[in-house]
Amino acid sequence: MTTDRRTADATTTGPTTTRPGAASPGAPGPGTAGRGTTEGTDRATGRAAGAPHPARSAAAVPAPVRRRRVPATGTALTYLSLVLATLVVLLPLAVVFLTSLKTSQEVSGGSALSLPGNWLNLSNYVTAFTRGKMLVAFGNTAFILFFAIGGTVLIGSMTAYAVDRFDFRGKRLVMVLFLVATLVPGVTTQVATFQVINGFGLVDTRWAPILLYMGTDIVSVYIFLQFIRSIPTSLDEAARLDGANAFTIYRKIIFPLLKPAIATVVIIKGITTYNDFYIPFLYLHSEELGTISTALFRFKGPFGAHWEAISAGAILVIVPTLIIFLLLQRWIYNGFAQGATK
Amino acid sequence: MTETTHSASGRAGGSRSPGAEKPRWAGMSPGGGRRGAGGSGGSGGADSGAGSGRSWHRSPVRQLTPWLFLAIPLARLVTFTYVPVASMVSYSFTDWDGVSPTRDATGVDNYVQIFTRPELFRVFFVSGYYLAASAVQIAVALYFAAVLSFNLRFRNFFKGILFFPYLINGVAIGFVFLYFFQDGGTLDSVLSWAGFGSDHAWLGDPTSANVSLAGVSMWRFTGLNFVLFLGAIQSVPAELYEAAELDGAGKWQQFRHLIAPSIKPVISLSVILAVSGSLSVFEIPYIMTGGATGTSTFVIQTVKLAFQFNKTGLASAAAVVLLAIILLITWIQRRLVPDDKVDLV
Repeated sequence: MTTDRRTADATTTGPTTTRPGAASPGAPGPGTAGRGTTEGTDRATGRAAGAPHPARSAAAVPAPVRRRRVPATGTALTYLSLVLATLVVLLPLAVVFLTSLKTSQEVSGGSALSLPGNWLNLSNYVTAFTRGKMLVAFGNTAFILFFAIGGTVLIGSMTAYAVDRFDFRGKRLVMVLFLVATLVPGVTTQVATFQVINGFGLVDTRWAPILLYMGTDIVSVYIFLQFIRSIPTSLDEAARLDGANAFTIYRKIIFPLLKPAIATVVIIKGITTYNDFYIPFLYLHSEELGTISTALFRFKGPFGAHWEAISAGAILVIVPTLIIFLLLQRWIYNGFAQGATK
Repeated sequence: MTETTHSASGRAGGSRSPGAEKPRWAGMSPGGGRRGAGGSGGSGGADSGAGSGRSWHRSPVRQLTPWLFLAIPLARLVTFTYVPVASMVSYSFTDWDGVSPTRDATGVDNYVQIFTRPELFRVFFVSGYYLAASAVQIAVALYFAAVLSFNLRFRNFFKGILFFPYLINGVAIGFVFLYFFQDGGTLDSVLSWAGFGSDHAWLGDPTSANVSLAGVSMWRFTGLNFVLFLGAIQSVPAELYEAAELDGAGKWQQFRHLIAPSIKPVISLSVILAVSGSLSVFEIPYIMTGGATGTSTFVIQTVKLAFQFNKTGLASAAAVVLLAIILLITWIQRRLVPDDKVDLV
């Protein structure tokens, strides 16, 4: 975990150091050192990620750019293995993409690897989008995403604020409760969680997944907690002298400064929520409440043998992820590395 | 005064006590027994705050405020984690069907069934396939992380390619690989193109199906392990490698003495994720085969027991067993690899 902190801090502490009001000694050392390393190695990706890092160029640390070179003998084999891995990853996806552009006859007649006759044949996408009720599904997913992410951010940051900035009886107990909860895998408890949700009368409403996504996420608390520690308490003290109460301090000082951590949480939470199948499958039975996962899953039923339509549906679901990934690469790498090691 | 406004703003309407009216800077007691400044590590410039905050820290409002912030998070945590665990344990000793108002206590009968009925117990062996795949997955991820920690051409491209599958929707992955394994699908076409004509039904028999599904799960999750390992390897300062090279250390020695120690915590984390992950596999087999042809896993079986066959009692017992196994493995891992993770308070 400590090993990973360096890359993680490179993202998260960035903006804090530039903030004029923030006492610069408040920025943890490893973050500053780490920035140099990642900057060197990730410069090529930095196009999109460069924007949220105003502190980057200001980092006075000479960048110890990795200059290690592979020995010449192994180079060919190394590239061979990488190209092979690329093929293994891309081939299944590429074939499905090709299939999505084919006509029904082309699919049943030709080989899976053959090319579509008309590269602009989008009729399968139209079928998948309309017959698969994808528009409703994207709408439901967006609705769930909005409230689940909003709730996670509020809950995570409030918890982190209370735990880090206050000293109170029962604090250890609270932390133990949160820690132990990370050990309980969500999949195991759904049998009983279903009864709780059922007791609230929320089965088959979009509030069931929203509540569960907010509730199961302890990782975000840790991300916020780690970040909130790098915000100097002198800021709180100064605001308190000016007459601000705890809630104002949270809302006006802590929350705005948490932006990088919020971005991390939004990305992790957003992608995992978008991809989740288990929860909507268990709780959202009505067809009009389908999320993109369950809508795609149900779409296969009536189109069992029409691989061109199913492929188009799968590609439709993958494309938004691909776009987000290309735009936010660095944030995604760091976010998931940070989230998983907590 | 600050404290007055602050209890008024609290949603729960806290009790306002006269002690709270005291200015926070009054009555400094530097020798106070409590920890000051909320244990916020790494924050400089708190010297004025820490001392003067002491009396304020003890005031009742100061004691109440954190609970206002924690009320919703704690309520949610208890409702959706601790209540289910407790009720799951209590259901597991009954024959409840999940619907009827009455239930009969059946003692440990559900647990006896899980361990004695072969068709219920069999799902544990399916986890073996996924566990084996996870081992390969960790090795592959380690290899590519080591390779891509060097200054290669196109390294960000390869990094992106290797990681991307982890981000793809599970249902989409299931369909992509259904087509991949289907008769005359991607795999068959590639094999016949390469000269190995085959009409093997990949998802047709239990062994082949489980190996195929475990392979899909490997395809999906290698990227996460890879990124974790890469991050850990890159956290080793470049100067160390230079120093090692100057001292004449070879690539293997660099790996052995520099890379290996730095990724040990991440590997131990990956192992625990692999074990608990292979016990709780659900999406890939459920989407691709629905648990048919011997590919049912523990979670698929539990979900079917609870939501198709209305055997909530038996399903709860199964879930309790799974939870116990995962907690046990986590505990063993914590014993074997003590880490510095628990620095939260």
